[in-house]
Amino acid sequence: MDSVVQLQKQLVDYIASLFHEGFLDEQFNQLQQLQDESNPDFVVEVVSLFFEDSERLLNELAKALEQKTIDFRKVDAHVHQFKGSSSSIGAHRVQKVCIAFRNYCEEQNVEGCLKCLQQVKHEYSLVRNKLETLFQLEKQIIAAGGSLPAT
Amino acid sequence: MERNVFVSRRRIDGFDVSPSDSAEAHVLAVDDSLVDRKFIEQLLKISSFKVTAVDSGRRALQFLGLDEEKSSSVGFDGLKVDLIITDYCMPGMTGYELLKKIKESSNFREIPVVIMSSENVIARIDRCLEEGAEDFFVKPVKLSDVKRLKDYMMREVRFGTTNSGGTNKRKLQESCDLTSSEPSISSLSSSSSDSPSRSPISPSSAPSSIPTPLDSPVRRLKMTNTGGLI
Repeated sequence: MDSVVQLQKQLVDYIASLFHEGFLDEQFNQLQQLQDESNPDFVVEVVSLFFEDSERLLNELAKALEQKTIDFRKVDAHVHQFKGSSSSIGAHRVQKVCIAFRNYCEEQNVEGCLKCLQQVKHEYSLVRNKLETLFQLEKQIIAAGGSLPAT
Repeated sequence: MERNVFVSRRRIDGFDVSPSDSAEAHVLAVDDSLVDRKFIEQLLKISSFKVTAVDSGRRALQFLGLDEEKSSSVGFDGLKVDLIITDYCMPGMTGYELLKKIKESSNFREIPVVIMSSENVIARIDRCLEEGAEDFFVKPVKLSDVKRLKDYMMREVRFGTTNSGGTNKRKLQESCDLTSSEPSISSLSSSSSDSPSRSPISPSSAPSSIPTPLDSPVRRLKMTNTGGLI
């Protein structure tokens, strides 16, 4: 019983830190509010879709930027999608990089784009790790017989 | 005698009783993004809507039974669509193009359409509203936005889109259907849909003879986004 309480506190603190450090924003709260008894895995499901989608987009971006003649409109289209999905789940830092990325696309600035690609990959892997840790914590709490703290 | 074709259970209920129950209302959501589709679907479900989510304007039209050229006959039964919510930026057919197609169709023009977009561009918002969209949500869409959707459905009921005419219906009859006594759906062919008839019946167009309440979402939206100008 004690450990459940400890885990719950750990979870609350962890989520708070993610918000504090800007990894997540208010939109993530919205996601959590949409989870209920009839859809108990909603957050995990939608975030998993985000992971899948992001991997695909990162591949497409890498390919597009490797071309001899870069099609900036195509690159921009991918970044636009990435910006959209990261915004929908509250992945704040990823979204911010996407905004800068789009500006470079508009300027047709190759170096800027390559730099942003690295940055967005980095931010994505960071938030992915954080979210996976978060889900792990939640699983532990449930396995220990506890319930998830209300958001 | 009740006609199944345009009087759904919900509308009978909504017409006679307090219109607070949208449990039967069916929303068609259109978005090419997998993540957003999942998200909007959940937003709608948790707000007690039935949802069908599709990934393109094309599929939305197919679902409605609205093929490109040929006019749809009575048989679009099954699940009636009470509202369409669509993303603006989509490959192939944009949300705006989908909106136009729906408003040009005599069978479907009365279905309220809401546009979503990540870009908060006034010109884009205005264009959509002028084309007959009920509202424009800036992404990411919030639960409070979705809760507003119920207003559009209720308003449709109040304005008498069921059988006996509200002013809404009479206008429609005058402009494009002089023969049938049924106001909307079923027997009208799409070739008889003329663009001028769109604006008079759309509650969202400002200069119509149907009074739009001052605090309607469309007005509110316009005021918020254009700084007071309508």
